[in-house]
Amino acid sequence: MAYILIFITAIFVNNVVLSQFLGICPFLGVSKKVDTALGMSAAVAFVLTLATIVTYLIQVYVLNTLHLEYLQTIAFILVIAALVQMVEIVLKKVSPALYQSLGVFLPLITTNCCILGVAILVAQGTYNSQGLEPNLLTGVVYAISTAIGFGLALVIFAGIREQLSMANIPRGMQGMAIALVTAGLLAMAFMGFSGVDSGLAKALGL
Amino acid sequence: MKKLESTWYNMVVVLTLIAVCAGAALAYVNHLTEGPIREIAEANEAAAIKAVLCADDVTVTDTVVVGEGKDAATVYITDKGAAVKTGDPGNKSFGGGLSIMVGLDCEFHVLGYSILTSNETPGLGAKAGEWFQKNGKGNIIGKTAGRLTVSKDGGEVDAITASTITSRAFLAAVNNAYVAYSSTKHNNRKEDSHE
Amino acid sequence: MNSLKVLWNGIVKENPTFVLLLSMCPTLGTTSSALNGMSMGLATMAVLVFSNLIISLIKNLIPDMVRIPSFIVVIASLVTILQMLIKAYAPEIDKSLGLFIPLIVVNCIILGRAEAFAAKNGPVSSVMDGIGMGLGFTLALTLLGATRELLGTGKIFSFTMFPESYGALVFVLAPGAFIALGYLIAIVNRLKS
Repeated sequence: MAYILIFITAIFVNNVVLSQFLGICPFLGVSKKVDTALGMSAAVAFVLTLATIVTYLIQVYVLNTLHLEYLQTIAFILVIAALVQMVEIVLKKVSPALYQSLGVFLPLITTNCCILGVAILVAQGTYNSQGLEPNLLTGVVYAISTAIGFGLALVIFAGIREQLSMANIPRGMQGMAIALVTAGLLAMAFMGFSGVDSGLAKALGL
Repeated sequence: MKKLESTWYNMVVVLTLIAVCAGAALAYVNHLTEGPIREIAEANEAAAIKAVLCADDVTVTDTVVVGEGKDAATVYITDKGAAVKTGDPGNKSFGGGLSIMVGLDCEFHVLGYSILTSNETPGLGAKAGEWFQKNGKGNIIGKTAGRLTVSKDGGEVDAITASTITSRAFLAAVNNAYVAYSSTKHNNRKEDSHE
Repeated sequence: MNSLKVLWNGIVKENPTFVLLLSMCPTLGTTSSALNGMSMGLATMAVLVFSNLIISLIKNLIPDMVRIPSFIVVIASLVTILQMLIKAYAPEIDKSLGLFIPLIVVNCIILGRAEAFAAKNGPVSSVMDGIGMGLGFTLALTLLGATRELLGTGKIFSFTMFPESYGALVFVLAPGAFIALGYLIAIVNRLKS
């Protein structure tokens, strides 16, 4: 049951973009159209889950056993970069249709700090695991939920910006300024979910 | 100097060289900073023990680790009472991961507390560092740990304004300190007779 | 004279935050107070200056095809060194910046400047570019942090300007970060035109 709690908390209460400030660059950069936002979310979800599994295994079986914890950042970023390249190559060969829709987003993902951030949090076990032992399973559940939270925020935001492009906005506020204020209001709306997690924990009897 | 060609041989050699240099530099800095980092951790812990027991001169006579995983607590038994390092057992806090040090006397009265780490919203969770102190609005100093709850839940402690969740997590941690300390007392007859 | 121009370029003309709109994650995530914003800016500047210096020195040794991975290794090592030094000698900063220190690796400014400037220019102007860009980033983060701290808690660098009870706590929280930065960018846009 606690997995449901991790799921809900990571999507709504501690949304990765709107309350943790990870992955802001793609959130602001590829949110002009809902279609591209959906593509980006799918690509992030795929890479984030894969990267979390691989980096967790590297942390536990390589870095921790060899006492090379200080190589964490360097190892993780290289693994993520290599992984993104590999996904790109495999996707091109196996499913050209999927590559068509996700391909353009893949190179952008290496520098998406939400991937490295979540990988580090899961490897250190410092994410909110709702009382469960932080292991590979909870880490993966957390990573998938985070990715869904990212997608949700991105798609909602893209929907708002599509409407916004039709509105008449004062010159100084055009472009990034109004987008940021909109994101602020969206973050405020998501703050309304705070407390949902503890209520849910009670309802589930945890 | 002319730029190196992108031949297979050149690429492998260059990448290996860079990786080796980077690894060596990191190992060296790690070796340099390992000592200071450990010293800081120890100094912080010693300072926190002194602060929560409200005493300048404290001798730790025994260190007991109680519980496992998220319920784990470290009890430092000293001549001035016990300092318990604990987290928030139900993980009720916002950011997840609240760690505090609580000073208890042998009758489980709270002598003092200190927040070690908190991933709470800055400014909001950080307020807990003053709120529950002697001059704060939600004073818990002198109260008996074990069943402390916020007034919203029928307790006697005023929660931080607009931050009931953080307050609940904090009190849960304080109560966990009581659980940890009392379990060591029962298991440790010698300590009992000592007091 | 030329290097001064490079410096000015980084601080004002191509300010990474207000003009290029790069690396928003640390900009929003670490500016809950002026001091936090400034320490993040200075940490980024340190990495930026050294990565620009090292990359401009070794640029001719690196074959084009492995350029990006080599740059990433250099930057990641610098960030890890910085992280260890901060942990050892400035634990307070480590506490307040937390996860955002290792995330300097994926800060677009650093790889961006390595690729766009340091890989084409000599060491002296690369260092100047690093200092300029770093100062621009630090100034922007300090300004945003000061704005949020003032509106949220009535303080700047912990000096009380007006009583805390008049502050709007929302500016210290997540939504305030977005809104404050949005209005600062709008003001910069207005001043430019």
